[in-house]
Amino acid sequence: MIPGAFDYHAPGTLSEAVTLLRQHAGDAKLLAGGQSLIPAMRFRLAMPPVLIDLNQIEGLEYVREDNGHLAIGAMTRESALEESGLVQSRFHLLADAARVIADPVVRNRATVGGNIAHADPANDHPAVMLAYGAEVIALGPNGTRAIAIDNFFVDLFENALAEDEILTEIRIPTPGANSGGAYVKMERKVGDYAISGVAVQLTMNGDTCTSARIGLTNVSPTPMRAKQAEQLLVGQVVTDERLEAVGAAAAAECDPSPDLRGSAEYKRDVTRVLTKRAIRQAVERATS
Amino acid sequence: MSQHKITVTVNGQAVTQEVESRLLLVHFIRENLDLTGTHIGCDTTSCGACTISLNGRTVKSCTVFAVQANGGEIETIEGVAQGGQLHPLQEGFWEKHGLQCGYCTPGMIMSAKHLLAHNPDPSEMEIRQAISGNLCRCTGYNKIVEAIQYAAAKLNQPTPEEVPA
Amino acid sequence: MNYHDPHKPKHLADRFENKHAVPNGASAVVATTETVRVTTPADIGGMGHRMKRKEDPRFIQGKGRYVDDIKLPGMLYMDIVRSPYAHAKILNIDASAALALDGVVAVITGKDLAAHNLHWMPTLMSDTQMVLPIDKVVYYSQEVACVIATSRYIAADAVEQVMVDYEPLDVVVDPYQALKDETLVRDDKELKTNRIWHWEAGDKEATDKVFAAAAHVVKEHIYLPRIHVASIETCGMVANFTPATGKMQLYMTTQAPHAIRTVFALVSGLPEHRIQVISPDIGGGFGGKVPVYPGYVVCAVASLLLGKPVKWIEDRSENLTADSFARDYHLEAELAADANGKITGLRVNGLADHGCADAAANPSKFPAGLFSICTGSYDMQAAHINFDAVYTNKPPGGVAYRCSFRVTEAVHMIERLTDIMAHELGEDPAAFRMKNFIPADHFPYKSPTGWEYDSGNYHAALQKALDMIGYDALRQEQAEKRARGELMGIGISSFTEVVGAGPAKDYDILGIKMFDSAEIRIHPTGKAIARFGTKSQGQGHETTYAQIIAEELGLPMADVDVEEGDTDTAPYGLGTYASRSTPTAGAAAVMASRKIKAKARKIAAHLLEVSEDDLEWNINKWQVKGSPEQAKTIQEIAFAAYTNHPPDVEAGLEATDYYNPPNLTFPFGSYICVVDIDKGTGEVHVRRFVAIDDCGNIINPLVVEGQVHGGLTMGLAPALYEEIVYDENGQCLTGTFADYLLPTAVESPKWETGHTITPSPHHPIGAKGVGESPTVGAPPAIANAVVDALWHLGVRHIDIPITPQKVWQALRDAGVTD
Repeated sequence: MIPGAFDYHAPGTLSEAVTLLRQHAGDAKLLAGGQSLIPAMRFRLAMPPVLIDLNQIEGLEYVREDNGHLAIGAMTRESALEESGLVQSRFHLLADAARVIADPVVRNRATVGGNIAHADPANDHPAVMLAYGAEVIALGPNGTRAIAIDNFFVDLFENALAEDEILTEIRIPTPGANSGGAYVKMERKVGDYAISGVAVQLTMNGDTCTSARIGLTNVSPTPMRAKQAEQLLVGQVVTDERLEAVGAAAAAECDPSPDLRGSAEYKRDVTRVLTKRAIRQAVERATS
Repeated sequence: MSQHKITVTVNGQAVTQEVESRLLLVHFIRENLDLTGTHIGCDTTSCGACTISLNGRTVKSCTVFAVQANGGEIETIEGVAQGGQLHPLQEGFWEKHGLQCGYCTPGMIMSAKHLLAHNPDPSEMEIRQAISGNLCRCTGYNKIVEAIQYAAAKLNQPTPEEVPA
Repeated sequence: MNYHDPHKPKHLADRFENKHAVPNGASAVVATTETVRVTTPADIGGMGHRMKRKEDPRFIQGKGRYVDDIKLPGMLYMDIVRSPYAHAKILNIDASAALALDGVVAVITGKDLAAHNLHWMPTLMSDTQMVLPIDKVVYYSQEVACVIATSRYIAADAVEQVMVDYEPLDVVVDPYQALKDETLVRDDKELKTNRIWHWEAGDKEATDKVFAAAAHVVKEHIYLPRIHVASIETCGMVANFTPATGKMQLYMTTQAPHAIRTVFALVSGLPEHRIQVISPDIGGGFGGKVPVYPGYVVCAVASLLLGKPVKWIEDRSENLTADSFARDYHLEAELAADANGKITGLRVNGLADHGCADAAANPSKFPAGLFSICTGSYDMQAAHINFDAVYTNKPPGGVAYRCSFRVTEAVHMIERLTDIMAHELGEDPAAFRMKNFIPADHFPYKSPTGWEYDSGNYHAALQKALDMIGYDALRQEQAEKRARGELMGIGISSFTEVVGAGPAKDYDILGIKMFDSAEIRIHPTGKAIARFGTKSQGQGHETTYAQIIAEELGLPMADVDVEEGDTDTAPYGLGTYASRSTPTAGAAAVMASRKIKAKARKIAAHLLEVSEDDLEWNINKWQVKGSPEQAKTIQEIAFAAYTNHPPDVEAGLEATDYYNPPNLTFPFGSYICVVDIDKGTGEVHVRRFVAIDDCGNIINPLVVEGQVHGGLTMGLAPALYEEIVYDENGQCLTGTFADYLLPTAVESPKWETGHTITPSPHHPIGAKGVGESPTVGAPPAIANAVVDALWHLGVRHIDIPITPQKVWQALRDAGVTD
């Protein structure tokens, strides 16, 4: 399994990268961690004539708190999330996800930006970022712009970035008081994509859920929020009956494809079960 | 397709070579440098037989291009023993029968070394998770876990200078 | 065909034809102990010592030498064009664009091979298989053409440039559909049918009678799916033909180098003494490196035609989609019991899906391998097995998956049926087994299908497992959990293995008898080299064979180097698979050692100026009876063998033995598994697993533990994770490790192991072999545990792999959810 030939560029700055991207419009792929792209190239499922490697650009690997949000540099390795005290102590949903993405060696190389920009509903970060209501920062020839995560995932493997834009940062709003989050993923074994995964971020006022966002992994052609489930949860006391209704709504609104992981019916039901579990965990964290 | 002159420090030795852009790092290590202890077991970044350390982090060298290692530092299994002394992990794998066919072993040792560098006293589950990116078909993993525990214990022993007189 | 005719029971005398073997204890009950026998001091390191492995220093330093590590000057690389269809006519192959690439040396097609009459090859079961096809392809990923280039990368580019026109044909994937002969897989055959063979064992009439009289009968359809050994090293070869000398060197990932050399000689016409097969370090085999694959043949042919070394290394996806599979057995099985819950009979109808050729790696007389061992650990009156095999549009195979020939299928079936019967009768599965075991005083035991079990003590092994896991407390916990609606199951498997093929009278592969060999040479300074016809793929032969020789001759095991895998130097043997190394080559090591010991006695008598009869052996020396201070150590004798040997004795101290085992060996064990099941997702969590193995006398406890642990994970794998899946078009859906799911250290539980020791009465050191017992024994323990957790919900059986979806479906059918 040998990749096809390509031209390789390793710009040292973002502006060089943007220039190269414009020069090779249509031909170039950005290379971040490469943990999805390089296997695809080895199978020659992807044969980009030009690769622009972002790994030599300084200053894209960071996890820090800025003005009410967590800022994650696009080239931050997944393992850095596991090692970040900030993430572990205050961003539980993200911390949950960071432990179950691929496997530990892959997480040393894979990047948060790449995981999101790939716009693969099977990846874990899209659902997580949807649940957080994150923002994606893109740099193009005309400067930077912020894209709400709700507008970022356009289709399978298709994001809202223009051809000459580069994802540079992800911003996650710092959860307020009485907030909690959780990611519950069911995988067949370590390293597998999810049969289903549910990301929940919510705020509680006593027993009542005052806000909630739910993202789903690998049960739809495009990364999705379970909006009907959210609606059934917000403003409600979180009882077992309520959870059942919320889970059932998530199961109904997702759109999984049958494959070796299971039938669509099975994946829907697992989504129902995991939605309940993720909410329970998030509520526990919000109220403890 | 582009050719690139790269300089990489491998097990402490700088090497400079001209490589094709698509050359996988694992092939660079195995074929250009003849360091055949790093193995290949799959095409999908699943098995971890090709695990090496690049700039202080383990990576699967089948999923990195050689050109990307330019300016970097690589450690392979061949660099683990120092001055003719086996590393405690190598000792542990030998003592505890942590290998059978030996094919996954270099990758396992590299992953274990990375673990112990970050977590000197891991629990059994932390060890199992840390090597879950490396597949072994022979051992059933019990004895690999024991081998890593052996090394952790040995590395955590105070060095002679630290022992009060 | 009926190879095990119960009307003609084989007497021990028939099987004990080997001139070396002294079947002492063969007719007596062999005592069971738990203490590993140790007779030598640690510095000698004979049997029973927990020695660190001699082979390890090179592996832990990255200095192993596997086939892909071989690099020869001027070496070319081969890559393979494979079929995207499972069944299609080949209309045209256009290699011009590939040949136009810089660095492409040749493209080899079936027509090129036909010019040398090398486009077909025999399979191990004397069927035929295409090397490269000319008219049509018969499985997805079949080899269609081979590209030879100056680099791996150019060869891969060239594969993309070979244009093949196909006309797709109807595909038959389902073996029951194949039986209808509507789509013929092999139109090259004279008989226009997909049926390959029909085979029966046991006594039909007696079995039908038992069933007619039975108080209880349980019946189940059990499918053992197609799986793949997936050793972490794939297959590969470096072929190095030197025109000037006519010598063909084949570095090859093979478990059976000698037999392969003979097959290559017969197929290619090259003189056998000019073929050297070298099996260097092998990165796991498990049965998958026994057959000859088309890639090997074309690689060798390419080197022959081009006069240059050629390397071929499979990709993982090629390995998973085209190399030999294991299992793929469909079983309709019934078990009968009398009113007291005593098992009386077994009846099986089986269908074997062989893919496009019968390329099973079985001894030739055994089309379904040793499946007729399927009465297992239970004493019953009669059994009958009725089997058919068919071709389908899938890759050929039928190799082991770390199990003796088809024993896993047999054990899974009988252990599932036993559990179903126990549950149906409302009896505890442990007590039910105890009631039905072959009693320890019935060994050697003649089974209803004609086997002669050498020794066993099934009650002792199960009792030890029950004690170790705390069975009664677990049953109580289960009852409490069930009352709370939680799902927990306990599963038992009490298996009997049959390994060590085998006695020359019944066992051969392509006519070559299944003996194995050892050659020991002791040098003047008392150091030795020992060479064997087997080939370790991780089993640790360099250590365990040295320990056997240390045990017999008192040479420190550190002073004995073991070599295998080079056909120019090692004695001929049939190789390592089916847990046969210890029973055959291990015995040969003993016999060769004893020949040396006999000669050493003559030399010692000469040196001590006494009669041979006055000498007795003591660990590492011949000493004068009653005067032990008068003695000559093996090292002193070795020196004398070259410097001061008796005039009527040849110089040197060496011996060779080709060991023909008098019988197979029958390792056994009892495993207990505890699972917890997630009601919401259907996930099965293996909480505990206790394995008690009895492999007879133990050569190295550390190595035995390692073998058992590894085999258990390879039993867990097909029980819960692994299956090769095809769609209706015959496309393989599990062609990578992203979909063919090998367990990691997280899925694999912490195995708890122990042993009983019931020596083999006919093996010269009482050993039986162990590598495969756990792979054979583990899957039914896990499956039984899952069904045990769900039995009260009406679940009787779930086929492996027991995926979360299957469990979820069973729960849903029972109205259970979370």
